[in-house]
Amino acid sequence: MNNIITKNILRFIVLILIQVLILNNIKFDGYLNPYFYIIFILLLPLETPKWLLLVSAFLLGLGVDFFMKSIGINAAASVLVAFIRPGLINYLSTGKDIEPNMHAGIKDFGFRWFFSYSLVLVFVHNFVLYFLDIFSFNEFFITFYKVLLGTAFTLFLIIISQYLFTNMKNK
Amino acid sequence: MRYFFSFLIKNHFFFLFLLLEIFSFSFIIKHNRYQGSKIINGTNQVTGSFFTGANNVSDYFKLSAINRELSEEIAKLKTTSINQINIADSIVIQPDTNYRFISAKVINNSTNRRSNYLMLNKGSNHGIEADMGVVSNKGIVGIVIGVSENYCTLMSVIHKNAKISAKIKKNLQLINLIWNENSYKNGTLTDIPTHINLKKGDTIITSGFSLIFPEGIMIGTFENYKTDKGESLNSAVLNFSTDFNNLNYVYVIQNINKKEQIKLTKDSQHE
Repeated sequence: MNNIITKNILRFIVLILIQVLILNNIKFDGYLNPYFYIIFILLLPLETPKWLLLVSAFLLGLGVDFFMKSIGINAAASVLVAFIRPGLINYLSTGKDIEPNMHAGIKDFGFRWFFSYSLVLVFVHNFVLYFLDIFSFNEFFITFYKVLLGTAFTLFLIIISQYLFTNMKNK
Repeated sequence: MRYFFSFLIKNHFFFLFLLLEIFSFSFIIKHNRYQGSKIINGTNQVTGSFFTGANNVSDYFKLSAINRELSEEIAKLKTTSINQINIADSIVIQPDTNYRFISAKVINNSTNRRSNYLMLNKGSNHGIEADMGVVSNKGIVGIVIGVSENYCTLMSVIHKNAKISAKIKKNLQLINLIWNENSYKNGTLTDIPTHINLKKGDTIITSGFSLIFPEGIMIGTFENYKTDKGESLNSAVLNFSTDFNNLNYVYVIQNINKKEQIKLTKDSQHE
């Protein structure tokens, strides 16, 4: 149990640093920017208490916000993602048995499950981020286009990282 | 009351969610209204040291580009100093000593949002104060909004709240510059009188009326008109001369007589 907690705390810190020091410098055409840090919420253990899910998402978003000088924007988006997560897992997993030791990843749930799970959450995250930043629906379609590109880019990184950093061999 | 609490506990997930979102939104709204709020200043010192560390690494990859920029700058300075000597032969011109330039390095920069900020590696220890203008060798960059001991935060010119007093170089017509474009390459010129005829490539410079930027700093070139029908003043798209996606060394402008100028303005308003 302790092991899982330390692992997640480390992941929390490392992901914020990767986001603000490396990924925020990737700017294709000046605006396309992957918000990869959200993978922290995606990969939290399934049995995480719900309140902890929300609080850790809030702190994660706020941590990124401090570096990006966008106080509140990333926090609001991350908390919403954490709020949707339990319901989404239930919705996607009907008919499947969730065993106590399973992790929300490709290895335990399969590619299709993880892809749709990440797609929904990453899209919601990007949608909130871009629209809160602009703070108006005036140029809805241009912003929406950016949301789609950002979602695709982030999702790509998340799937790649699954193959790179998890041992895919059967238990 | 007991039912109320049991109701709260039963739905704690939803209420905690609501509470955290309310927190986030109050931050967003506060931050939108007061630029250079305490939050920015309070975290500068910590985030600055992280960015400096990362910057030390990435610097090595930019050395050749920085070298080229610096040699271009030297060439430019040499040309202007030679020209000045020629003028001084015939007329005595007092140099404008109103402004002092402090060189600084960009350690963090964003271009992909509507509220873009930069961070520089100089702060109050080096004489930097809020509301100072910042330029690069290519043109304007931003305005200092938050200062800590060793770092300062700039509001970029490409920020939705930025508004800069500008003028057209060829006829000295005063106009304004804002940014509500989707690209860091373009800005918006507003308040252009309809009788003014601009051509592609016309130079736009700072007006020098704002106490922040001296007169004549390059902003960019005119690109094309935006046709907003039914308005008495035209607006237009501008090409920035500064490449906001690629900023290394910049200069913070200290206006030495600023206090005097502000006092004079206030005094004359009381009359």
